[in-house]
Amino acid sequence: MTDTPDWGLVEYTTIRDLHGPLVVVDKVEGVGWDEFVLFTLDSGEQRHGLVLDVDRGTAVVQVLEDTAEIDPARIRAAFTGTPLRIPVGPGWLGRVCNGRGEPLDGGPPVFGSVTSAVGGNPVNPVRREPPAEPVLTGVSAVDALTTLVRGQKLPVFSAAGLPHLELAAQIAAQSTAGGEPFSVVFAAMGVTHADAAFVRDALEERSAAGELVLLLNTAADPVIERILTPRIALTIAEDLAFTGGRHVLVVMTDMTSYAEALREVSAARGEIPARRAYPGYLYSDLASLYERCGRIRGLPGSVTVLPLLTMPAGDITHPVPDLTGYITEGQVVLSREMHAKGVYPPVDALSSLSRLMRKGAGPGRTRADHLDVAAQLLAALARARQVRELADLVGQAALSPTDRRYLAFDEAFAHGFVDQDRGERRTLEETLERAWQVLLTLPRSQLSMLPAEFLDAHAAPEGG
Amino acid sequence: MGTVTGVSSGGGRILRVAGPLVEAEYVAGTAMNDLVVLGEAELPGEVVAIRDGVVTVQAYEYTGGLAPGARAHPLGRPLSAPLGPGLLGGVFDGLLRPLATAGAWLEPGAAGRGSGPTRQWEFVPRASVGDLVDQGDVLGEIHGSGPVPLKVLVPPGRSGAVDHLAGAGLHPADAVVASVAGTPVTMTAPWPVRTPRPVRERLDSPRALGTGQRAIDLLFPVALGGTVAVPGGFGTGKTVLLQQIAKWCDADVIVYVGCGERGNEMADVIDEFGALTDPRTGGRLAERTVIVANTSNMPMMAREAGIHTGVTVAEYFRDMGLDVVVIADSTSRWAEALREFASRTGALPAEEGYPAGLASAIAAFYERAGAVTTLGGRTGSVTVIGAVSPPGGDMAEPVTAHTQRFVRCLWTLDRELAYARHYPAVSWAESFSRDAEALGARRAATDDPDWPARRARVAGLLAEADRLADLVDLVGITALPAQERVSVLGGRLVREGVLQQSALSQRDAYSGAKKTAALAEAVLDVVDRCRELADAGVPPAHIEEADFTPVLRAREEAGPHDADTVRALGRSMLDRLGELI
Repeated sequence: MTDTPDWGLVEYTTIRDLHGPLVVVDKVEGVGWDEFVLFTLDSGEQRHGLVLDVDRGTAVVQVLEDTAEIDPARIRAAFTGTPLRIPVGPGWLGRVCNGRGEPLDGGPPVFGSVTSAVGGNPVNPVRREPPAEPVLTGVSAVDALTTLVRGQKLPVFSAAGLPHLELAAQIAAQSTAGGEPFSVVFAAMGVTHADAAFVRDALEERSAAGELVLLLNTAADPVIERILTPRIALTIAEDLAFTGGRHVLVVMTDMTSYAEALREVSAARGEIPARRAYPGYLYSDLASLYERCGRIRGLPGSVTVLPLLTMPAGDITHPVPDLTGYITEGQVVLSREMHAKGVYPPVDALSSLSRLMRKGAGPGRTRADHLDVAAQLLAALARARQVRELADLVGQAALSPTDRRYLAFDEAFAHGFVDQDRGERRTLEETLERAWQVLLTLPRSQLSMLPAEFLDAHAAPEGG
Repeated sequence: MGTVTGVSSGGGRILRVAGPLVEAEYVAGTAMNDLVVLGEAELPGEVVAIRDGVVTVQAYEYTGGLAPGARAHPLGRPLSAPLGPGLLGGVFDGLLRPLATAGAWLEPGAAGRGSGPTRQWEFVPRASVGDLVDQGDVLGEIHGSGPVPLKVLVPPGRSGAVDHLAGAGLHPADAVVASVAGTPVTMTAPWPVRTPRPVRERLDSPRALGTGQRAIDLLFPVALGGTVAVPGGFGTGKTVLLQQIAKWCDADVIVYVGCGERGNEMADVIDEFGALTDPRTGGRLAERTVIVANTSNMPMMAREAGIHTGVTVAEYFRDMGLDVVVIADSTSRWAEALREFASRTGALPAEEGYPAGLASAIAAFYERAGAVTTLGGRTGSVTVIGAVSPPGGDMAEPVTAHTQRFVRCLWTLDRELAYARHYPAVSWAESFSRDAEALGARRAATDDPDWPARRARVAGLLAEADRLADLVDLVGITALPAQERVSVLGGRLVREGVLQQSALSQRDAYSGAKKTAALAEAVLDVVDRCRELADAGVPPAHIEEADFTPVLRAREEAGPHDADTVRALGRSMLDRLGELI
């Protein structure tokens, strides 16, 4: 009773139907689609929902906390009159909240004088500013080869058992935007308690510095709540960026858990399934999240989105990674092979790509030799992979001397360049110097993509 | 779109809202496909079904907060695109509302969609009062809208005497500038987007669209008025290829429909087209381009309309006697919008949840392409190039499979080629052009007698090299006879020296017909010389180890129309090979 919202809202007790995450309320009036709903159980417990369908006097509501333990005779539904809005502003910084934005850190609820609808509005494509400056993560494999660009959406494709959460936490903890104000919004969906504790721990410093918003929906938390978590994260981020003038990195993990929540609701509604029983609108739904990145002409700040997803059974053609790949601007792929070699982060450089790197790295952005070094590393890596296949066939002894240098290069690349400590923040200078050290294991004749002046500067030996 | 005053009081009551699906009471005078304005926010929507006194509306905007009991007001006319000056160089949403005057965030409804002041355009009469005119005849021209003057035509279905004609000078875009047998003619006139604009007759076009991309112009050419599908998984360079064609192809007008794609990419297109110079007119590329931008997070149903809006705009320019190319990226997202809505209306699903009408919807879209004689007797064309995004790279999925049946050309992008950094990754084995034969015959009869033979030789060499590549994997290259080894080498030279083309290259992003022909000739001559050498007993390993840099670098060394440099490099290569004997 005491929790009854004091908004003078009509409360309905006409609950007709409960199944899965859905509640059907009868005899409603003036209820709009996508409206936010507050349920009060007789025990005083509150639950929350969103209107999925309103047909004459009947509203279908998805309950974020699920319908477990709900007795239709002992629950009241109050419709708030608008789609869900949350307070926005710098008050979120330094806070740790659950997947609905309620505090987990013992502090008061987050207040703000301004509220925003969590669904957001699409950015006018004419007003978008093409991304052009880097976010430096301090992770060599990312900074050098798949540079993250402010306003980009770059997912990490991983598989079960790989240290993607460690990588996400490291990027969230270390990233900077060239001395300009920088914040991180970290949205975790369906992570285990141990993982949640790890994330809190790893990001403590950033949180204490007032540069982090942490939203945690654990595996034990309501599944449907996950549909809301990334939307809240992005709404907070958009305000911090375009009102607050900060560069904001939004990390969302695990998008596969999110898509499963979406599928659960879809199945409960009896919708016609598309691929692997995911709803047909999965592409548009994912796009409504990922596309909330970018820069806006005439406004400071940027929103950069880094979604993480685990590919079920490591299958890149699974709908979640596949549709994500169609929306995002490249991908960072983690591989079991690199992991088995003991390399952290286990980035598969040849499968990874940052489509915006050409705009966000190089002269005037990072370093004059950056793009050439990256191209040469990838070309040499591709050759090294061919050589390794050949070596498997004919044996190492049958390889030409040059080919054997490529095998050495491959090792140097994995252990001297990609591999780094989980708390190690490498400057771009250090990353590129390491790249040079690795490249110089090859004779100069094999470094045809590097202009002579760079080779001379690094005293690449002639011949070889 | 037009705002209707007192909307909230008229019309029928809304009964149901489920995302973009809205049901409302039927009111007299509502017809299928009519535009409906929903609720106080005046969200636009379209009637898609009428049954038992209930109208089903597909809403074009986010319907959050819209409740049963609000009003749905039918406007008594179908969704129409305002066709007139101001389209060229503009960026619009799927309903052809200008985006340049909208705010940074696109809010649903009329809010934030100010159309700005009505611009004045220079009208020049090209007829006289009293003239007897027929449909499609020219009444006047509009200047200042782009590199070519636009024509004001007698509307379809009208004919008679010109009884009023405005004088030369500036007129607002919506002004009446003429009257034919009592029918007023405006500079900007609406046309229902789902109705093809009428033509006098369809033609078999023997004219090729020059795309400037060698893999296409040489192997899989498309005729003006043809249809092309470009299937490719993510990362195969689909968008880059389409943008290259939009930039460099030799059409008069480009309509670029960004349909459910990336916002940053759209921003890039808008930026680049505004900065690049059109090599043919010297103006900015943007001035021959109309961009319909409906990014993936913009309302899904407007995406569905955007495809039709884009083709309608193209037909408008076609009717003036222009060659227009419509590029739709991506038709798969459009089909998904169809599926989404069909699923909400409870339509029986066919394959993978797509509605049973998917194939006919795709066919109807591509059918709006064509080379025609316009009502006024001019020759014009609409060429449609549609990207297809097969989920998981599965070419058997419904959108890809159906599209292949309805198009004249298929440019399949191959993931293996893309991973090997072979761009554009147009697969020679999986693509086709049903126009190639007719276009080849035409080229042979006019400016390039060798065209069909050259294409056949390049295609034959690629197929032979592919066949042998499988063998090489098994037995090794050294096990092959000399001539076969030359074929493998020849395949590599064609791929690297002719087909590869970097979109980022200063000189080679665009390749003119003469340069394309010269490059193919140069490589074929080199292969011929290699065959002679092999016949003369030169060990194939020696031939393979020769430095082929001159023919491989020729595409980068020569400018877009520079066939002479290519020929010179080809000759120096032949000389170098001569030293092997």
